[in-house]
Amino acid sequence: MSRNASGLKAWLVQRVTAVYLAVFLTYVVLHLILSPPADYAAWAAWVARPWISLGLLVCIPLLLAHAWVGIRDVLMDYVKPLGARVGAMAAFALVFLASGLWALQAVSSAGVR
Amino acid sequence: MKPKRPVFLDLWRIKLPAMGLASILHRVSGVLMVLSIPLFAHLFHQSLEGPAGFAAASATLASWPVRLLLLVLAWSLLHHLFAGVRYLALDLGLGLEREAARRSAQVVIGAAVAVLVLGVML
Repeated sequence: MSRNASGLKAWLVQRVTAVYLAVFLTYVVLHLILSPPADYAAWAAWVARPWISLGLLVCIPLLLAHAWVGIRDVLMDYVKPLGARVGAMAAFALVFLASGLWALQAVSSAGVR
Repeated sequence: MKPKRPVFLDLWRIKLPAMGLASILHRVSGVLMVLSIPLFAHLFHQSLEGPAGFAAASATLASWPVRLLLLVLAWSLLHHLFAGVRYLALDLGLGLEREAARRSAQVVIGAAVAVLVLGVML
């Protein structure tokens, strides 16, 4: 039962995060392509805008949750030996955690300067 | 006990239907983007460190190997987005009939390439 519930939760997390990422990242990518920041001041000011900062702060954990469910599914499908699977999952978890904290710190520092 | 089942992995003779191709490309594109997460976290952080960091990150993004990588990742994002929207529609019960599903898979695969080519030309 708990296994099924955990699978259902992952399924749901994947879809809810997907909707947010589809909307927010489409906006961010289109903005960066259509009006790329000319210099550091413009870039930091854009990131420091309240709605962009908030959007990014929400985006980072949701993106990592989405990436985690996805890579976990891939590893469970292709990496059968338990030790290798757990090792690979731990490696991804560590890289995701470090990347996420790094990015969050960058967002918060943009508002300070 | 695991039942012994036949395994057929002759890749030259396996013909994947469009739905299967869209599916495996959804997976491949996802893995490519996952692997690029540390790079983008680094570039994002560097670009916000100050004018020097911004210049360094811009220079990295303008270099040819990275531009090639960005092209692959742009396709990944497009395919992952379009295929993901298709899956959400399928989850809602839309387009489940075989012919409709085949057609939408072909559209997804084609649209990602078409938008990429269009984006590069403009």
